[in-house]
Amino acid sequence: MVAERNNQVIDAAGLHRTLTRLAHEIVEQNRGVANLVLLGVRTRGVPIAYRLQRMINDIEGQDLPVGELDVTMYRDDVFQKIKQPSVQTTNIKFNIDGKTVVVVDDVLYTGRTVRAALDAIIDFGRPTAIQLAVLIDRGHRELPIRADYVGKSIPTSQGEEVRVKLKETDQQDSVSVIRAFGEK
Amino acid sequence: MQFSRKHLLGLEGFSKEEILYILDTAKSFREVLSRPIPKVPTLRGKTIVNLFFEASTRTRISFELAEKRLSADSVNFAVSTSSVKKGETLRDTARNIEAMKIDMVVMRHSAAGAPHFLSQCVDAHIINAGDGQHEHPTQGLLDLMTLQEKFGDLSGLNVVVVGDIAHSRVARSNIYGLQALGAKVGLCGPATFIPYQAEHWGVEIFNKIDEAIEWANVLNVLRIQLERQQGGMFSTTREYFNLFGITRQRIESAGKDITILHPGPINRGVEIESELADSDYALILQQVTNGVAIRMAVLYLFSGLSSDNSSESDA
Repeated sequence: MVAERNNQVIDAAGLHRTLTRLAHEIVEQNRGVANLVLLGVRTRGVPIAYRLQRMINDIEGQDLPVGELDVTMYRDDVFQKIKQPSVQTTNIKFNIDGKTVVVVDDVLYTGRTVRAALDAIIDFGRPTAIQLAVLIDRGHRELPIRADYVGKSIPTSQGEEVRVKLKETDQQDSVSVIRAFGEK
Repeated sequence: MQFSRKHLLGLEGFSKEEILYILDTAKSFREVLSRPIPKVPTLRGKTIVNLFFEASTRTRISFELAEKRLSADSVNFAVSTSSVKKGETLRDTARNIEAMKIDMVVMRHSAAGAPHFLSQCVDAHIINAGDGQHEHPTQGLLDLMTLQEKFGDLSGLNVVVVGDIAHSRVARSNIYGLQALGAKVGLCGPATFIPYQAEHWGVEIFNKIDEAIEWANVLNVLRIQLERQQGGMFSTTREYFNLFGITRQRIESAGKDITILHPGPINRGVEIESELADSDYALILQQVTNGVAIRMAVLYLFSGLSSDNSSESDA
């Protein structure tokens, strides 16, 4: 039997407040939104990027371009998993040359997804700068990568799982820390 | 979806889900081809041998491009310059190549079943790039992808394969793939070109091209392979064109939208009117572009399981 202990750490209202703060930080840090574009990392980075787009529009009255990035083709562990990961479509309809790209993801963990995202972005052009916005930073980095904007830092152990749920993909907004125990 | 096949030997036996999964993956790789740098590092460190025992331009270049776009290391082996000329057997050629530690073999051979044989004597993953008159699975998949782009769901679509069905591996892969996706398949050609007992494939058979056009939404026009016509099954190209050639007049007199596919290379004025091949009815160049995307998807999906963990389930 595998049992789970589920600790919800952010609820729907909290998630909204956290993203609102991130939107303000992105605008403040870049002194406006000129030349700014958002790139959501699939799967849950994409809806978060669209929410940030709306929130930044509320602040600055301007819609930032949003792209969707799938990094499967750039991963370093494709052939270490028994199951071949599914490749999803990348969709970047604008030029990123000379832009400031804000990469958006739900959870920052080992940093390997971000490393793959950086490689992918460089293949699309030469941005002036790349920044990283994450909803959750759970630690345990394996690469020298840090986020510019962090929704919430949650110290975790490696046996735990951080589960982000979003209305767009999971019918509800919440963040939980899941700890499995018992015989697997 | 759990994709657990090691070799792509043919489309026979593939489920709808498996085929749709390959087509979805190909769509993602097609996007890569339109990037400023159309290359991804996915297969870095994998070595692929293109083992072509039979002449091929399009398929070989398409596989080579797919391999390069995925950053695999590829080696070409053309029979005309190889030790096969000196009498080496297929098994020995394969074992020697394997001793050089390669991961995948893309193979074309004039004998049906050659890739199946190879898959039993080496550990590498085998991709069939056409075996005799048996199957040409990547061609079948790229035809499906091109039709899916145009029609979305293929169920209920009427597709007629026109030409020398008996000698055509493209026809066989098309039949398996189209039927798996719920399309209805017709075959059209002179009686000598329709295989014995073809009616058991669950297909419609037409001996008159106008009746086939009447029934069809799509015509997949095969090349008349003059090099395979030594058996007296075929009189002249002129007679064939008059009786079965696809012309604008024939299409337009049907009074409906018809889509034309052709696996290439085209014999203009034999199986299809030259001008029609360049018209909006034909999706021939789109097929070629999709071919690279399909081959990238196939190389990616079939390189997944290594021989030592192929029996394990998903952890």
